[in-house]
Amino acid sequence: MRSRVRRYGPPLLLISPSLVLVGVFVYVLIARNLWTSMTDNHTAAQANGRKDVSFVFLENYVALFKSPQFQHSLWNLVLFTAVFLVGAMIVGFVWAWLLERPLPGGRVFQTVYLFPMAISFVASGVVWRWLLNSNQGDSATGLNRLFQMVGLDVLENPWWNQVTFGIAAIAIPAIWQLSGYVMALFLAGFRGVPDDLREAARMDGASSLQMYRHVIFPQLTPVLMSAIVIIAHMSLKSFDLIMSISKPANYQTKVPAVDMYVFKSSFDYANAAAVGTVLLAFIAILIVPYLIQQHRERTR
Amino acid sequence: MLDRRRFLALSSTALGVGALAACGSGGDSGSGGDGGTDVEVFTWWASGSEKAGLDALVKVFGEQHSDFTFVNGAVAGGAGSAAKDMLQSRLQASDPPDTFQAHAGAELQDYIDAAQIEDVSGLYDEYKLTDAFPKDLVDRLTVEGKIYSIPSNIHRSNVVWANAKVLEKAGIDTKKAPGSVDDFLADLEKAKGAGVTALSVGTTWCQVNLLEAILMSELGSEKYNGLFDGKTAWDDAAVTSSLEAFQKMMGYTNSDRDSLDWPDATQQLIDGKAAYNVMGDWAEAAFQQAKLKDGEDYTYFPLPGKEKIFGFLADSFTLPVGAPNADGAKAWLDTLSSKDGQLAFNLAKGSIPARTDVDESQFGTYSQTALKSFAEDAISPSIAHGAAVPVAWLNDLSDATSQFTTGASDLAAYQKALVAAADKYAS
Repeated sequence: MRSRVRRYGPPLLLISPSLVLVGVFVYVLIARNLWTSMTDNHTAAQANGRKDVSFVFLENYVALFKSPQFQHSLWNLVLFTAVFLVGAMIVGFVWAWLLERPLPGGRVFQTVYLFPMAISFVASGVVWRWLLNSNQGDSATGLNRLFQMVGLDVLENPWWNQVTFGIAAIAIPAIWQLSGYVMALFLAGFRGVPDDLREAARMDGASSLQMYRHVIFPQLTPVLMSAIVIIAHMSLKSFDLIMSISKPANYQTKVPAVDMYVFKSSFDYANAAAVGTVLLAFIAILIVPYLIQQHRERTR
Repeated sequence: MLDRRRFLALSSTALGVGALAACGSGGDSGSGGDGGTDVEVFTWWASGSEKAGLDALVKVFGEQHSDFTFVNGAVAGGAGSAAKDMLQSRLQASDPPDTFQAHAGAELQDYIDAAQIEDVSGLYDEYKLTDAFPKDLVDRLTVEGKIYSIPSNIHRSNVVWANAKVLEKAGIDTKKAPGSVDDFLADLEKAKGAGVTALSVGTTWCQVNLLEAILMSELGSEKYNGLFDGKTAWDDAAVTSSLEAFQKMMGYTNSDRDSLDWPDATQQLIDGKAAYNVMGDWAEAAFQQAKLKDGEDYTYFPLPGKEKIFGFLADSFTLPVGAPNADGAKAWLDTLSSKDGQLAFNLAKGSIPARTDVDESQFGTYSQTALKSFAEDAISPSIAHGAAVPVAWLNDLSDATSQFTTGASDLAAYQKALVAAADKYAS
C-alpha cells in the first residue's frame, strides 16, 4: 500500500490541477450545456433566473431538426465540409507528391504553399469577400472580373450568393488556406517511408506506379487519417471565415455555428445549447473512432 | 473575432467575480454613492460621426459635472453587435457598466424582463423631461407606466436618398418627390433605363429597413403600429401588397447586396453607380463627408405613402441595476438630456435632438426637414433598429426576409413566416 502511494502519489499530485481544471472547464461545462439544451430557457428573464426554467427533455432537438431553416444549415455544413475536405486533401496531396522528389526551388514552393496558414481566417475572409463578389457583367469585381479579363466569362457566377450550393464557394478560401498544411503532413509521411523499402521495391522490379500503389500509399494511411480528422473538425467549427465573408443573417450561408450565435444573441440559451450539443455530437462521431484506432495502434 | 469575444467574456466574468469578492469584504455599502468619480459609459460609438458625437457630449459632461470622470467603454464592430454581445455577458455576470447605450423601444424589453435596468421615470420628473420631449415619444418609451431609458437623439429610418445627377440623366424630375410607392417604382424603372443600379441596398438589415419603410407607406401609421401589438394581422391584404411592392423593388437592386453594409450601398449612390438608396438619415453624414451638395448633387424625401410618417429610432441611455457609480450615471443622463448636451451631441452626430426646445437654427438643411417632420408627422417605430420589436422577433423577421430575397422562399411562404413570427412574440 505504502509503496503504491509512493509510486503513484507524486505523479498524481502533479497532474491533479490539470485534471481538476479539465474536469470542471470541459466536462462539467459540457454537462451543463447538455442540461441547458433540455430546458425551455428561451428568454432573457429565464436566462437571468427571474422566471422559472423547466425541463423539456428532447423537445428543443425535435423542434430544431424539424425546422426547415435548421435543415438548411445542416445541409450547408455537410456541403461545406465535403468540398473543403475533398478539396484540401486532393490539392494537398498533389502538391506533396510533386514536391516529394528533390526539385530545384522545392523549398521555396513548400514555404509558399504553407504560407496562407499563417493568416487568420478573419483576415483572409475580408480579402475573399471582395474576391467572391457576386456582381456579374459590367459591375463585376474580384474573381468574376478576373474571369472576364482572361476571356473565361462562362465561369462567372454568383459565388456564395447562390442559395443551394453557395456555401461551397466559401470552401474555396478554406481550401486555399489549409491545403498547404495537408501538403506538409503528407510530405512528412513520404519522408517517413524508409529508403530501404523503396530500394527493395526497386530491386524487385516494381515500376514507379506499382511502388506508390503497393509500398508508399499504404504507409500514408495514418497521415491521411490525421489530415481528415483535422480538416473535418476545422470545418465543423468554421464560423470566423463564414462570418467575415457573409453576415449572420444571410440565409444562403447559414451553418449551425451561425445559428448558435444568433440564438445566443437573442437570449435563447436553450436552443443555442442544443445547437452546440449537435455540433459536439458531430465532432464526437468523427473523433472518437479515430481516438480508438490510435489507442489500438499504440497498445498493439 | 470569436477569440476576442471569448477572452472579453472570460475576463469580464473574472471581473465580476472580483467585484463580488469586493462586495463581500466591503460589507453593506449601499448602491452607488461611493463608486468613486469614474463613470463608465458603454457604447458602440467608436468611429466617424458617432465618435464625434460622443466626444462632443463628453465635453459638455466635463463642464456640467466636473466632479465626475468619463470612462469610455466603447466596443467597436458589427454595427453594435459586438458591443451588445459583450454587454450581455457583463450583465449576466452582474458586472454592468454605469450606463449603456441601447435603442429606445422594444429592444429594451429583454433587459426589462431580466430586471437588468432601472425605472428612470423619477429622473424624467427631476430633470423636467416630460415636457421637453414630445408626448408621442414619451408614450413610445413607456412600458406599463415606467420609462427605462433617456433618449440622446432621434434618427429617421424611412428616407429615400437620390443621386440628382443620375436622376437628371434618366429624365426624372429631381425637384418633385414621387407621390406614391407605385410612382416611385415607375421612377425606378426609368432609372434602370439610364444603365445604373436603380436602387442600391445592403445586407439583410438594410433590406428589413427597406421593407419597414414600404410597410409604413402602404399601411399608414396606425395600421403599421398595430402590427406589433396584435391589432393588425400580418396576413392582412395590405401586408401582402406591401410585400409585392418589396419584391418589385428588390428586382431593381444590386446583386452583391448581401455582402455590403450600408456605407457600401450608400457609396454606390455617391459614386453615381446607383440612383436611389433607402436608408436612415445617418447616411446624410456620408454625403457631407463626400462633399456632395444638398439639392445639387443629392436629394432626399421620405418614402411616399398614404400619409406623412416619421419612421423613428432613438439612441438612449439606461441606468443598469447595480451600476457601480449610480450617481455618476445619473449625472451622465442629466448632461445627455440637457439642452446643451442634446445640441452638442446632435450637431456632431448628424441626428436631431429628442427635446423640442433646442435651438433649431444651428442645424443643417436636411436636419431642418427632419425636425419639422418629427414635430408634425405621425411617428412610427423602426423594425430594423429595435424600436418596434424585441431582438428575438427581429431575428426571425430577418431570417424570413433573407430567405425571401435570396430566392429560397416565395411570397406566400415569406408572409407565412412573418405571421408565424408575430404569433410567437406579439403580446
